[in-house]
Amino acid sequence: MNAIALSTEHISKHFDHFVAVDHVSFSVRRGEIYGLLGPNGAGKTTTIRMLLGLLTPTSGKGAVLGFDIVKQAEAIRQRVGYVSQKFSLYPDLTVAENFNFYGGVYGVSRAALAERRADIFRTIGLSGQDQERVSALAGGSRQRLALACALAHEPELLFLDEPTAGVDPISRRGLWDLLYALAARGASVLVTTHYMDEAENCHRLAFIYRGRLVAEGTPQEMKTQQMVAQVVEIDCEPLDAALTVLRAARWFDEVALYGALIHAIGQNVAEKISPARALLQSKGVAVKSAQVILPSLEDVFIARLRSVDVDDPISE
Amino acid sequence: MISLQGVTKRFAAITAIRDLSFTVQAGQVFGLIGPDGAGKTTTLRVTSTAMNPTAGRVTVGDIDTVRAPEAVKQLIGYMPQRFALYPDLTVVENLNFFADIFGSPRAQRAELIARLLGFARLTEFQTRLARNLSGGMQKKLALAATLMHRPRVLLLDEPTTGVDPVSRREFWDLLTEIHLQGVTIIITTPYLDEAERCTRVGLMYRGELVACDEPRTLRDGLGATVLEAQSAQALQARHAVEKSEGVLTVSTHGDVLRLLVDRAERAAALQAVWQANGITVGNVRVVRARLEDAFVLMLTRHDKT
Repeated sequence: MNAIALSTEHISKHFDHFVAVDHVSFSVRRGEIYGLLGPNGAGKTTTIRMLLGLLTPTSGKGAVLGFDIVKQAEAIRQRVGYVSQKFSLYPDLTVAENFNFYGGVYGVSRAALAERRADIFRTIGLSGQDQERVSALAGGSRQRLALACALAHEPELLFLDEPTAGVDPISRRGLWDLLYALAARGASVLVTTHYMDEAENCHRLAFIYRGRLVAEGTPQEMKTQQMVAQVVEIDCEPLDAALTVLRAARWFDEVALYGALIHAIGQNVAEKISPARALLQSKGVAVKSAQVILPSLEDVFIARLRSVDVDDPISE
Repeated sequence: MISLQGVTKRFAAITAIRDLSFTVQAGQVFGLIGPDGAGKTTTLRVTSTAMNPTAGRVTVGDIDTVRAPEAVKQLIGYMPQRFALYPDLTVVENLNFFADIFGSPRAQRAELIARLLGFARLTEFQTRLARNLSGGMQKKLALAATLMHRPRVLLLDEPTTGVDPVSRREFWDLLTEIHLQGVTIIITTPYLDEAERCTRVGLMYRGELVACDEPRTLRDGLGATVLEAQSAQALQARHAVEKSEGVLTVSTHGDVLRLLVDRAERAAALQAVWQANGITVGNVRVVRARLEDAFVLMLTRHDKT
């Protein structure tokens, strides 16, 4: 079996003069959960739509499960599952009826469906809700059902477009446990998300910004090797004076308040600690501690996007 | 500044919040976190005077919300999850409309609106229709409208849900500015990294307040050690030690295992279990606790009792 579940080579999509996706190349291995992160309008959904054969690339090429995304879109759609941001469930049908409907569309037999339903509902936390009407379900349960429906035909590759928006942290863990179980069986997952704690769950991820892939790696690599974002955590008082002083000094790209602590983000921050301490103390700020901490994925993400904007300003 | 004493709110058979008591000091940013249906929104609604509690007492600036709702409304700005902007009106028309509602004096209105537009970084978009704004910009406009009558207390119900990370950062920069002006803020959020930015956090679960403290006290007072380890077989590694002595919770994040253990010395015993099962796990180390660790552990303990 091919070890690559999907790959693109310099894939681009233009809408008139707008470049939605700009020469994006990446690949997802079998059994891998791969995350696409980016602000709204960065090109994540357009990329997924091209991989599904719903949009034709302006240039470049791609393959999904060995099939060409332009010429063999039918074959791809038979073999993948897709949960979009607004996955449509039938509100008047029950949970089980929705699942059976989607399975039926993909030609799964009745007998196989019943067995899979029990299995998937157990893992996903929908057991005992078979006969409930979808209109009566809470948001988190609907999201789980949408995912269950996309799994009815046992796809080899799953596309998830912001699957957990508005789902609480505990339910989110449950969903991820299911994704890991699928990946362990060899299925691959391509997920787009806004949640940085969710991005940490991916095996690998890519930052997408202004249509381009601007960084790629494991979450750990992103945090330790992207030198654009290092964080000093400063415990000091008074906070408002400290914020003003540090921002005015312009030594850091960003100085933000984190509860009763200050996070100063920038490059080569270790060597800025003692001058920052001295400066703060000279302005009457008492510094209790100042230490370098591991940046959050969000720190890295935002710093990386800023550096793209500096290198290549947006022209009007 | 805000005080809830024994507050209960029932809807027919459902008790949304039960005997809830907490206080928020002036100038705090108080974060309410918890799963869906924990009662966060109901808590904001009874504080905002949008509804009365079934039992108990809520005061804002020492004013009782049931006895003097109008006086409380002068003090607070409430931004519900679905803040009603007028999609067919421009940014500046929306702000003018809210100025009318709040009865802000005509003479100072232009100046006030200009200041709010500048504050929300919306000046260059003032003639754009609200429906053509991005999600993040709509939230900023809603915040500007909420600030129209210069409230001393802000109640924000999941203002950043569905907003992308860049806009989310920007929104928090705005909140920091408001906070530094001395405004008291209660914010609900499903993002635990945002809760880390609050001065105080209340964890709600099934209508009750399970914990309430500074984020770092919650993190440091976890009563557990957090270990991280790396493995290409993270899932198997997790299953192998899930029931081991001293292991409170295990989760997998890509090829990273995150374990909450009662003490760091457990690492050696865990390594032995993995070896016995032929699972390679490396780079076992103690890491800093996150609010999410505290959150998951407290809810697990709460469910057991």
